[in-house]
Amino acid sequence: MRFIFKTDYAQDLKLAKHGGHVFWYSALMLLLVAAPWLFAEYWLAQLTFVLIYAIAGLGLMLLAGFTGLFSLGHAAFLGVGAYTQAVLTNAGMPFPLALACAAGLSASVGLVVGLPALRLKGIYLGMATLSFGFIVEEVLARWESVTKGNAGIAVKKPEMFGWVIESNEGFYFLCLVLTVVTTLGILNLLRSPTGRAFVAIRDSEISAQSMGIHLAQYKTMAFAISAALTGVAGALYAHKLQFISPDQFNILQSIDLLLMIVVGGLGSVHGAFLGAAFLISMPQVISLVKEILPDAIGQAPGLKNVLYGSVLILFVLFEPMGIYGRWLKIRTYLQMFPFYRKGMFKRQKSFQKSDRLK
Amino acid sequence: MQVLQLLISGIAQGCIYGLIALGFVLIYKATETVSFAQGELMMLGAFGGLVGLTMLGFPYWLAVACAIASVALVGVLLERIVIRPILGQPAFSIVMLTIGIGYVARGLITMVPVIGTETMALPVPYKDEIWKLGGDANGIGAVVFNVEHMVVIAVTAVLCAVLFGIFRYSKLGIAMQAASQNQLAAYYMGIPVKRLNGIAWGMAAAVAAIAGLLLAPITFVHANMGFIGLKAFPAAVVGGFSSLPGAIVGGLVIGLVESFAGFYLPDGFKDIAAYVVVLIMLMVKPNGLFGEKLRKKV
Repeated sequence: MRFIFKTDYAQDLKLAKHGGHVFWYSALMLLLVAAPWLFAEYWLAQLTFVLIYAIAGLGLMLLAGFTGLFSLGHAAFLGVGAYTQAVLTNAGMPFPLALACAAGLSASVGLVVGLPALRLKGIYLGMATLSFGFIVEEVLARWESVTKGNAGIAVKKPEMFGWVIESNEGFYFLCLVLTVVTTLGILNLLRSPTGRAFVAIRDSEISAQSMGIHLAQYKTMAFAISAALTGVAGALYAHKLQFISPDQFNILQSIDLLLMIVVGGLGSVHGAFLGAAFLISMPQVISLVKEILPDAIGQAPGLKNVLYGSVLILFVLFEPMGIYGRWLKIRTYLQMFPFYRKGMFKRQKSFQKSDRLK
Repeated sequence: MQVLQLLISGIAQGCIYGLIALGFVLIYKATETVSFAQGELMMLGAFGGLVGLTMLGFPYWLAVACAIASVALVGVLLERIVIRPILGQPAFSIVMLTIGIGYVARGLITMVPVIGTETMALPVPYKDEIWKLGGDANGIGAVVFNVEHMVVIAVTAVLCAVLFGIFRYSKLGIAMQAASQNQLAAYYMGIPVKRLNGIAWGMAAAVAAIAGLLLAPITFVHANMGFIGLKAFPAAVVGGFSSLPGAIVGGLVIGLVESFAGFYLPDGFKDIAAYVVVLIMLMVKPNGLFGEKLRKKV
């Protein structure tokens, strides 16, 4: 068992709480840096996707997991980012500038969506973002002079300072750097007053307001930051796929993003990464399962939907904290062995939070 | 004349949206949760009718009754098995849960051999019949009414009357109203709130099944027809999420807007008209046309 003896308030703010953190995250970092030499091309591509989805997941996690505003149309921001990047890169803009534009445009779109969100709560907000997602998808499909419509658009390789990133390894490192920067940014944000304000809004809007938190300002900010991060992920996504079309950014993509953070663990930064790894490895698992099952079930086209749906149902029913929550339980069990009690993480019996007048 | 026909088809489509929205509202009022699986329940209803009519060879009315009853049973079971254990958790979890249910339902239907992957027509007795009104002897210049559309409108009207009757006059309906106003007080009064929640899910599923059976002759029966549920959300929001008549009115608004937008506005507006309407509605009147304005207290 580890006991952290705190002698200073600054200790509470440290990113790495103890030596174990430093050791394991450094090891992870080394593994990720060495990945191009360790893994085959295919697995490196999957890892790149994990990183890209993790950035989008961090964006959505900030909004849904930390600010408590849930968005059913996040694929729209992904789409805005991807298309901005595609159009600007094809026009010859260098990568960093195009990326900044993609993030900026997504953020401003996020601001626009955030405005009605100030008056909306719960399902109404979900509805507004869902509608917004459909509208963006339609705009991407119909604004043919810019987006080339449903035919899709090919994206050039990223290019910066006269250096074109041709290889998969190069692009992997680009994603890795951006992911690390984003993650550190989010962690920093969360320990700053702004991040604390987000969490306060999630836990109780009215209490947060009484504490002097300007709801409108912080909610809009959460939307903008979340949209910007998702836009960055979209830009990388466009480069990775090299070809984008509007149907990649439909409602199913939005639901995939939500599934990712719910399965990963709502309200934890780890959750975004675990969820991304889960989402990317799911198709592999399904193709493995297909070989084991008899043909009548294994070859049926609906198997993927059934598995996705069941995973979602099982997680919500039995592990609402997601994969990260399960890991926390296992870790506590090991740390406290043999003193772990069954009820330690018992879900609090919360009375139904009602919007009705009682 | 064109306008009249657009009006009729818009109202018919609006009735479908309204019926699905009615399911959302029933569930929302009873359990304060939003079910994203409503469109899939509608799809199950249509498939139920299809199986009854074509594979089992039931007569039309029997097939309809069986389809509605079995989907209602599915609704009750869903409430009992997956929804009840997590009631009281944040609304977000339940939304994700119902999305999961929708995925599973769609996947399972596609896994059914033969009918699952095909697009089938539901052989109803009134298929492809039309009424002509006015015009000359050859029927030129007449207003053409599609019987399928008229059936949708008539059934919706009857169903609304029945629901109104239930909620106004029957003991069950009054108990449900009480439970939706204040669950705890209703519980103290001896109203079996849990059982009522189950019944509300059953009713919502039955209404969705009826919508599916009505929609099936107009479009076709296929596994993805449940996505129409996503257009019924705007209907429920426009009407105010907590009002039963509002759901039908909202459905009509969305249906009419869509029908006219499809005719008068350029391509593409038809598909997003519903969402534009709902966004405007949320900005102007966040509680919908008939929603009550409540403020939560600490």
